[in-house]
Amino acid sequence: MPEATLPTRADALALGLTSAEYDLVIEKLGREPNQVELAMFSLLWSEHCAYKHSKKLLMTLPTKGPAVLLGPGENAGAVDVGGGLACAFKVESHNHPSAVEPFQGAATGVGGILRDIFALGARPIAVLDSLRFGQPESSERSRYLLAGAVSGIGHYGNSIGVPTVGGEVYFEGPYEQNCLVNAMALGFADSDKLIRSAAAGVGNIVVLYGASTGRDGIGGASVLASAELGDADEDKRPTVQVGDPFEEKKLLECSLELLSRGLIVALQDLGAAGLTSSASEMASKGGVGIDIDIAAVPLREPGMEPFEVMVSESQERMLCVVEPGKLDEVIEVTGKWEVHGTAIGTVTDTGAMRVFDGDEIVGDMPVAALVDDCPLYDLAPQKPAAPIYPAPEATLSTEATAHLTLLELLASPNIASRRPLFEQYDSIVQSRTVRRPEEADAAVLLLPDGAALAVSIDGNGRRVAADPYRGTIGVVLECASNLACVGAEPLGTTNNLNFGNPEKPHIAWQLTESVRGLGDACRALVAPIVGGNVSLYNEGAAAGPIYPTPVIGMVGKLPDAGRAGRLGFAQEGDAVAIAGHFRPSLAASELAKLRGEPLPDGLPDIDVDAVIEAQAAIRWAVREGILSSAHDIAEGGFATAVAECCLAGGIGATLDLGPADDPWAELFGEGPGGFVVSGHPAALARLAERVSLDVFGVVGADDLRITIAGETIDASLAELREAHSSLARFFA
Amino acid sequence: MRFGVLRFPGSCDEADAQLAAARVGEASILWHQDRDLQGVDAVIVPGGFSYGDYLRAGAIARFSPVMESVIDFARGGGFVLGICNGFQVLCEAGLLPGALLPNANRRFTFRQLDLEVVQGDTAFTRACEPGETLSIPAKHESGRYYAPEAMLDELEDAGQVVLRYKPEQNFNGSLRDIAGVCNEAGNVFGLMPHPEHAVDALTGSTDGLRIFESMALSMRVAHA
Repeated sequence: MPEATLPTRADALALGLTSAEYDLVIEKLGREPNQVELAMFSLLWSEHCAYKHSKKLLMTLPTKGPAVLLGPGENAGAVDVGGGLACAFKVESHNHPSAVEPFQGAATGVGGILRDIFALGARPIAVLDSLRFGQPESSERSRYLLAGAVSGIGHYGNSIGVPTVGGEVYFEGPYEQNCLVNAMALGFADSDKLIRSAAAGVGNIVVLYGASTGRDGIGGASVLASAELGDADEDKRPTVQVGDPFEEKKLLECSLELLSRGLIVALQDLGAAGLTSSASEMASKGGVGIDIDIAAVPLREPGMEPFEVMVSESQERMLCVVEPGKLDEVIEVTGKWEVHGTAIGTVTDTGAMRVFDGDEIVGDMPVAALVDDCPLYDLAPQKPAAPIYPAPEATLSTEATAHLTLLELLASPNIASRRPLFEQYDSIVQSRTVRRPEEADAAVLLLPDGAALAVSIDGNGRRVAADPYRGTIGVVLECASNLACVGAEPLGTTNNLNFGNPEKPHIAWQLTESVRGLGDACRALVAPIVGGNVSLYNEGAAAGPIYPTPVIGMVGKLPDAGRAGRLGFAQEGDAVAIAGHFRPSLAASELAKLRGEPLPDGLPDIDVDAVIEAQAAIRWAVREGILSSAHDIAEGGFATAVAECCLAGGIGATLDLGPADDPWAELFGEGPGGFVVSGHPAALARLAERVSLDVFGVVGADDLRITIAGETIDASLAELREAHSSLARFFA
Repeated sequence: MRFGVLRFPGSCDEADAQLAAARVGEASILWHQDRDLQGVDAVIVPGGFSYGDYLRAGAIARFSPVMESVIDFARGGGFVLGICNGFQVLCEAGLLPGALLPNANRRFTFRQLDLEVVQGDTAFTRACEPGETLSIPAKHESGRYYAPEAMLDELEDAGQVVLRYKPEQNFNGSLRDIAGVCNEAGNVFGLMPHPEHAVDALTGSTDGLRIFESMALSMRVAHA
């Protein structure tokens, strides 16, 4: 190997390795790494690939359960949904690319998570998105990011024919500089046909197919590019990849045809760190070595350096392992779908990842060193002595009437109708969508046998910021409550942990407490974590860290799609009740935010078992088909939830809550475990045998009237709808 | 009663169209590189993004081998239904009058819409009552129906405007609220809304089924 161009320790530091990590690389290799090797180590030993600050915490999470078919470690997790069918699902982030270029960043985020799903041999059936931005009213940048990200998600999902069935978005100051774009995808496969990514069979061929490889997405390695070319003015290539959903659609169909014809041994998508991580991880899981010849890789532009080929993040590429006798057939199938397959390597027994440029060897590293030997770090958590986050700007007086308060809450960007967003998404392609956005608390997707899957995604960062442990429990319970409202019981969970810099003690504390809450809640629900992702270092130098944001996606099942619950009031004369184990508090609520209150130090204690019992009761009633509607009480509290039920059903309600010690908390307080249900009085009486339930009024007319302790709200549906439509102005 | 549903690289709603057609007959997929229409009684050009639609929606698909056969089939009187991208392809191929331009709101938009059946006696609407309202979803980025004024007059006079958006429903800015048109001979029909996504109460409305039932009825009449 050429010695003259060996990179220096300074290059290693510039690529993100610590000095000690660089020493460890030298020790593992027995020599200094060359450029190719340093580029590969720096990426595989990054937080993104090695989870070096989070792995020890993640190992505390529950990952086993009766429905789990594939746990963490594969491209995605999978649960058994019955009838021999598996549902693969995972959530992943594309935060930093989206902050640079929201359309392509979000689009390629969707593309990446879809590849994770079909890399398992599953056909993608749904996408959900989870977005965080700064306040749109005051920030032009946030409006730009919002419009771009939504458009990008729609562009990719719509074009590839996978419905975007649900999602959530929050607007908070701490996301101003660091927006979050998380995407979740689900897919179906026959349970016995899930394919793994472990390379196997010495002498088998490694085939790359899909788009050609270019310089796009070469991130940290651009430092090497400059060093290599010796030109300080060399333009740093854009580090945001560009997505092509048409290419991915062909890639998807080709992959599924290769699998259904039994032509491949292993499959892996190319995501972060491109060929480097895909090939290394396939080799690691298979306990084998892989030789790659970068001279065989089809390139988009001439003159690419070997390390550039190895770390390129060009989108829409897959890597598979093929027995030599089936190579011709594989190439034929990739030809049919116009995704030119090329043999670029072989599986070896060397245990080494070797990179060739034709005959010349340009990199030679033990696979174990690359994949397994990155040091894992203990966090040094410490609860901050003083508040980290500034109080939000007050936009609502504490003197405001209950009536005005409800309208302001409905118009608040965190609560207002998401219609201007989800109208940009195709939510019905594939003919499986039983509940569309805003029809129910969770998306509902038909299964072949008439049962249905339900899926929800959630993550209120403000409440987690107030109390990382209880806030995270609240997020997980919220997902399960959403599922209960359509009649579904959880099968499994995925998570994307979006946090600041974990090397700072207060962020380490947020992360540690949040993961503890996540584990406790998932254990209590028997909703094990089957996969996920971690996105750390979400903070700007001046802006400080984002709210700690564990985004939770939960998949559940209901036995009869025809009885999937709805959130809207449906029948004049139905009784309206609040059911469940609900202890509303204004702490860290949306109302507290509008009033400009700082975050409290901690949230009220949660009786997790009582909330889970309440969910079981609601689920039972929905499955029995005795309720007209069921809706989980979340941001904005009871009054907001009732208004949402009115708007979804296009019918009013009259409620009398009687006297109250704290009417504001009763109306607008938040906390897990509360549900607004409606139905025939006799049906509600049956539900009351299983869970605490108070009937407060009746469905009817075309306005919402709430009386409580002398306060009166009387708003017409038109008035409510106008307030609730406030996001439309950002999409004019 | 056999339907053939075209599949281009980038088709998205072909499986949905196949499912919908299978409710009233047999339905199979026809690959874009095959010229053989396998003796089907009707062709459906489905929704999606044929060949990626990076040039102009439907502009590439019309030159595909299968479309050469579909053009011959249509000129011979065969029933052809174009949905969304399929409508765009049929306009590009000259089988239907007019063109589909980018939406007035310049965004991909998904909505459940109310449509008025203007002509209830075509091969594609004979199971509907004239003036009846159908609830069918639309989802597209280029669905603004356009034709020169004189041509629009001719189409209306000749009864070729088959479906219209009801008041307040025309989000894409189509001229004269036109949602679907047929050719002069009445055997080729294109519409932007997706009737194949309105065939099951569980996943929405069932009004779109009327289009497929009409086609089945028409084929029975043609064969009788």
